[in-house]
Amino acid sequence: MKPTHTLQAEHITSGYEQKTILENVSIAIPSNKISIIIGANGCGKSTLLKTMARLIKPTGGHVMLDGKSIHQMPPKQLARVLGLLPQSPTVPEGITVADLVGRGRFPHQTLFKGWSKQDYEAVAEALEMMNITEFAERNIDELSGGQRQRVWIAMALAQQTDILFLDEPTTFLDITYQVEILDLLTELNKKYGTTIVMVLHDINLSARYADYLFALKNGRLLAEGSPREIVTSELIKETFDLDSMVIEDPVSKTPLIVPVGRYHAV
Amino acid sequence: MNETLISIMKGRQRRKRRFVIITSVLTLISIILCGTMLMLGNTIYPVEDVIRVLLGEQVQGASFAVGTIRLPRMLAGTFAGFAFGIGGYIFQTMLRNPLANPNVIGITAGSSAAAVFCIIVLQASNTVVSIASIIGGLATVLIIYALSRSASFSIGRLILIGIGIQAMLNAFISYLMLIGNTHDIPSAMRWLSGSLNGAKMETIYPLMMIVIVFTPVLLFFGKHLEMLELGEQTSTSLGVDTNKTRIILMICSVLIIALATATTGPIAFVAFLAGPIAKKLVGVGFSNILPAGLIGVILVLAADLIGQFAFTARYPVGVITGIIGAPYLIYLLIRINRKGDI
Repeated sequence: MKPTHTLQAEHITSGYEQKTILENVSIAIPSNKISIIIGANGCGKSTLLKTMARLIKPTGGHVMLDGKSIHQMPPKQLARVLGLLPQSPTVPEGITVADLVGRGRFPHQTLFKGWSKQDYEAVAEALEMMNITEFAERNIDELSGGQRQRVWIAMALAQQTDILFLDEPTTFLDITYQVEILDLLTELNKKYGTTIVMVLHDINLSARYADYLFALKNGRLLAEGSPREIVTSELIKETFDLDSMVIEDPVSKTPLIVPVGRYHAV
Repeated sequence: MNETLISIMKGRQRRKRRFVIITSVLTLISIILCGTMLMLGNTIYPVEDVIRVLLGEQVQGASFAVGTIRLPRMLAGTFAGFAFGIGGYIFQTMLRNPLANPNVIGITAGSSAAAVFCIIVLQASNTVVSIASIIGGLATVLIIYALSRSASFSIGRLILIGIGIQAMLNAFISYLMLIGNTHDIPSAMRWLSGSLNGAKMETIYPLMMIVIVFTPVLLFFGKHLEMLELGEQTSTSLGVDTNKTRIILMICSVLIIALATATTGPIAFVAFLAGPIAKKLVGVGFSNILPAGLIGVILVLAADLIGQFAFTARYPVGVITGIIGAPYLIYLLIRINRKGDI
């Protein structure tokens, strides 16, 4: 099992250029659990994720990993503990799946050495876990969206971090692939104890797959807790400005949000 | 060991083998071209004579033609070609855009403008002209970088600003050529299209030094360069200090390109063509810095040989590479336009 870490955002204020998106947000990520950040478009979910993964430097506050500010840690050292899969990563032209996944090994490699046995093993394991071994020598450009997403997650797995951030890993995927990706991430969490933090758009899938939810609104933290504790029609109204009914998901026994809308009455 | 592991190892070995074979073949072609450069001329000297001259023996006639004229020409072409090749490849890879190379974004135009200004307006000596061209190139990079930099770094913005700056500098060069004395024009012309004519040993030492010193540094950062291809966010989260890497790579590649430009003038399109050709030949997976440098050497030497001997008139090397490179630029622009991204 992966070791326990404390990862906290302490009073962070963050954003892009002159625009402040997050204001004074403090959260603590539960170790070895799946946390999902939810909220309406533009509420700062992605900014929070990126700030906590060192992609954005906060203008105020600190992100602390095991008591140390992540912005002061050596980049490679941090990259062995914390990884992030961006929303739309850039694909180098003509790269094979195995090679791309292999780039996840960068923080474990020294400059002059070639690939070590551990590197090969980590890549093989990541490919197997994502069920993409048959594509190993294929060109990324030939794969479908769902297959490609599995390749990117495999790259993040090859990095073998204890904490994995994912920025909307299921966007642009069919429902089948969405469930498949979330199942794979759950497996990763159950099998290795990897701490997973992600931004998801689908509130019902979030309620089903998250151990812990963070609800954001206008750059501030609105509520946090396990889905069963916090997901109510009031919270949904406040977070998304949407009238809804919250019932129990017959399959997972987690909260299920049923939107109302203008043409349907309760 | 399981099957997946074996297939990954085999795949990687296959790519490595391909890299080694192609790099070796390119090295061999470069050496043959270097030899040909020394043998061919008004008088053709056999290999033995050339080798004897290189070993320091006095050979009737050959010592002067090979040692004093052809050797500096060959070395200037080799080192400049190598510098343009690796510099161009690094820019294109780092900025993830085939258009992002020293020619297109105006670094070479900056060097040329400074040199032409020194020749025509200041009537400066050759040394001053070379130094000015290096400073001109570096200053242009700094200006482009400063103008395209806001809180975040945008490659598209850098390229567009570079093209704009290049247009301004070219207008400035044209103006200088119009007001210049007729007897200054020939030496100024060299700065518009590169040429190996009149290369002398003492003028190519600085370029040789910097290529020899910086090539290992750039090869050392080859792995980082590959990581930058994954984009800002992915490479950062994989532990690459993207700003530091970019600054080091940029300073090294700009310096070698500026020195190469100061030595031979801007040999058109070599920096632009070498990277894509290397990538086509070797593929992705290993750093293509070295193959790109060798392709640069081959392009320059082959183009110079064609320019010298294929036609009744002699053409400078830059004219030939321009004829080869321009259609590729047009092809690339059409393709990028269809894909809809710059």
